[in-house]
Amino acid sequence: MTDSQTQTQAKAETPVKLDRKGRPVKKGKWTRRGFITAGVIAGGALMVGVAIRPGHHEKKLRQYVEGEGETLITAWVKIGADNRVTAIVPHSEMGQGVLTALGAMLAEEMDVPMDTLEIVEAPAEKDYANFVLGREFIMGGKKVKGIVEDTINGAFLAITKGLNLQITGGSASVRFTGTAAMQTAGAAAREMLMSAAAKEWDVTPSELSTKDTHIYHKASGKSAPYAQFAAAAADMRPSLNPVMKARKDYTIMGTSVPRRDIPAKVDGSAMFGMDATVEGMKYAVIKSAPVHGAAVVSVDAAQARKMPGVIDVLDMGEFVAVIADGYWQAKQALDYVDITFSAGASDAVTSQTLLDSYREALAGSGELKTMVKAGDVISARSSAASIFEAEYTVPFLAHACMEPMNALAWVRGGKCDIWTGSQNPLGTRAVAAKTLDMDFDDVTVHNHFMGGGFGRRATPDYSNQAALLSQKTGLPIKLIWTREEDIAQDHYRPSAMAKLTAAIGEDGYPISWENAFVHKLDPAEASHIFYNIPNQSIRYTSPDVHIRFGPWRSVDHTQHGFYTESFIDELAHEAGIDPYQYRRTLLAGKPRYLAVLDAAAKAAGWGTPLPEGQGRGIAITESFMTIVAEVVTVDMTGAEPRVLHVHCAADAGLAVNPDGFEAQMQSGIIFGLTAALYGDITIADGAVEQSNFHDYEMIRMDNAPDIDVIIMNTEAPIGGAGEPGTPPITPAFTNAIFSVTGKRIRDLPVKNHDFGKGV
Amino acid sequence: MVKLVINGTDLDVNVDPDTPLLWAVREQLGLTGTKFGCGAALCGACTMHVDGEAVRSCSTFVGDIEGKSVTTIEGLKADDGTLHAVQQAWIEHQVPQCGYCQSGQIMSAAALLSETKNPTDEQIETFMAGNICRCGMYARIKAAIKTAATKV
Repeated sequence: MTDSQTQTQAKAETPVKLDRKGRPVKKGKWTRRGFITAGVIAGGALMVGVAIRPGHHEKKLRQYVEGEGETLITAWVKIGADNRVTAIVPHSEMGQGVLTALGAMLAEEMDVPMDTLEIVEAPAEKDYANFVLGREFIMGGKKVKGIVEDTINGAFLAITKGLNLQITGGSASVRFTGTAAMQTAGAAAREMLMSAAAKEWDVTPSELSTKDTHIYHKASGKSAPYAQFAAAAADMRPSLNPVMKARKDYTIMGTSVPRRDIPAKVDGSAMFGMDATVEGMKYAVIKSAPVHGAAVVSVDAAQARKMPGVIDVLDMGEFVAVIADGYWQAKQALDYVDITFSAGASDAVTSQTLLDSYREALAGSGELKTMVKAGDVISARSSAASIFEAEYTVPFLAHACMEPMNALAWVRGGKCDIWTGSQNPLGTRAVAAKTLDMDFDDVTVHNHFMGGGFGRRATPDYSNQAALLSQKTGLPIKLIWTREEDIAQDHYRPSAMAKLTAAIGEDGYPISWENAFVHKLDPAEASHIFYNIPNQSIRYTSPDVHIRFGPWRSVDHTQHGFYTESFIDELAHEAGIDPYQYRRTLLAGKPRYLAVLDAAAKAAGWGTPLPEGQGRGIAITESFMTIVAEVVTVDMTGAEPRVLHVHCAADAGLAVNPDGFEAQMQSGIIFGLTAALYGDITIADGAVEQSNFHDYEMIRMDNAPDIDVIIMNTEAPIGGAGEPGTPPITPAFTNAIFSVTGKRIRDLPVKNHDFGKGV
Repeated sequence: MVKLVINGTDLDVNVDPDTPLLWAVREQLGLTGTKFGCGAALCGACTMHVDGEAVRSCSTFVGDIEGKSVTTIEGLKADDGTLHAVQQAWIEHQVPQCGYCQSGQIMSAAALLSETKNPTDEQIETFMAGNICRCGMYARIKAAIKTAATKV
């Protein structure tokens, strides 16, 4: 259905909105036929959804969500003849509890008890495209009034459909899909059901109430299950702005609901991509060019071909694959394949040459692109009491998901099936279709649990390789990357550099803030600061690097959190002011930030004495609409710095599932701390040097800190949970190290620094 | 052909004796609950019990454990289907996030508790240090082990 069709079928139910030029604002709407492409209005009301009644022409969707005797109300909610309500969640589960949290948001608005709600993950169909996230990434996080503005959303729905995004990432599941889709769908569905009931009972909807999946009419004592009105409701025109509950009336949201995915994850029955099988499948182990971008020049596989279980050795241009009856046989044989890869200019690249190139790029200041310009940093410099500068660098980081990249693909009869765990099932499908020169509709993705995502599983390179191998061999191929391949062929958090400059006033506080950095991925506001500093210049440049980049938990916030919160800490120490109080002063008039900062400081006992050799560091960041402050208590008396305790305070507006939110903060902290202490993907001769957990180390239980999480529910819009715990932990850690040792960490990771075996 | 007792059942497994137990169990027997993480005994995702001891199955060759008794995550619960105390505690504490490492974590924890009835924090940390949780759920794992210790 096109937008124009939607327009003609929808009658004006609200006053016509005009844009700045006085033209009517276009809107996708619910229609009499019940199919919505884009029903989007400002303020978080209906955004996108599909309402289908029996016989609807959208067979593709119907086959997945419509069973015998069931009516699909919207793309996100289904009511069965047995009055079972099913939430259809357009996101992938990678452990963040998204299925449970999004289900709870729908159940809340629809008055469905959580323990009776069924929750399923949406299939990789175009109509589930996660346009809010696409918009967020494409728009660079530019904030618009309310949750979204309708014309922008309409445009981005189209864009996202074109790009085939259905990404789980950007901490977007709850904060966007949850609020804008699940809650709205739940409220709209409830209203439609009530309208249908009111019509049948010949009363007004305002006389009705709902509870436990039933509709009640108090005056007459009538009651009936939702299912009784499901068919009639499908013909109701839903309000364009269904009434949602006030937060104070929530009974499900804001309470800890047990995660649905957990029981299967304690008895071995959970199916990850790694566990998918089909009859007759063969295993592939591959070796890609160690220098990204190089190609296979020659392959000598004479010996490998004779090894037990080996079926074939294939030169795939960018990689070599051994196909065998089992993983182990394929892996053993791969060691006996001699591969020559093409030589090139990248062969001379090292971590150091990259840093040199970054420094050179930042020195050519005329070529920097401007992100933020406020006031006049040049005059601020000339009127300053002093100028303070610092250069920070961060290394490449791998994701190192516990489940190495893998996919099972079967190309036959002009069609392709892919079984894998993906943060981006639609993208997986689209990329495979393009690579195999097939129609999108001929590719099916069977999405599985992900053994970690963290951004890595948004890039479908591994599933594409499996598809190519299946196409070439005609066999169902289970491709499993070795851990060594997983570490060396990632899409990395870039190595990067920033030069920060502040003009300092007489009082020791900055009157200007300059950040010139290399590499910008997403989101665009990651380099922005919330401190009250009048003159700002934030600029960047993107020197060429042959190593592949990709989103890594919190994306650009991870390095900018380190730069900004280290530099603020340095300025505080330069001024001789307590770094917590220094931040407070710079946050004057910003109560949300102050409250979060105060909560973390108070919980950690900021300012109270610590044993010799211990110290505290503080940092505060905002990412994905969630403000997080963390205080690290570090012990520097041992051979390596030891984080004893992390006190974390977070304001995400509302933590939909507080236990799940706490788990996400704990997780984000350990993930960030692992990177801060150990994370260091280094480049030599153009290739990644690390290969497995012995040289890409992880925090383990014996050096994991205690973590206290303080959840601050406010009236602010719901923010993300999966990523915002990560950005503040590194600066809080390095600031704590400084407080004990006087040694400022300006380049990561911490393990590369010598503290003289403690103090 | 290698003789093994898997979750109480005598089996002839049709693999080369130099095959790691992990792949024999996953591919030949179709028990996919045990996970491949690193292939080098560095992460613990593949932990199983061999004669009651926790081993890294990715680096244990079936030829070396001929005739021994192997327990995988699928065989940890009681015959009547009751979950092991460790598994129950894992649900109670909502431990797993992505869940991929948890079969290994649970098998390690069960082995720890069968050796040491009431482990101290330090004993738990030392024993469990071989198991990486990339989702960082160490605090919950530790708490769940303590809960399970009261019930084993």
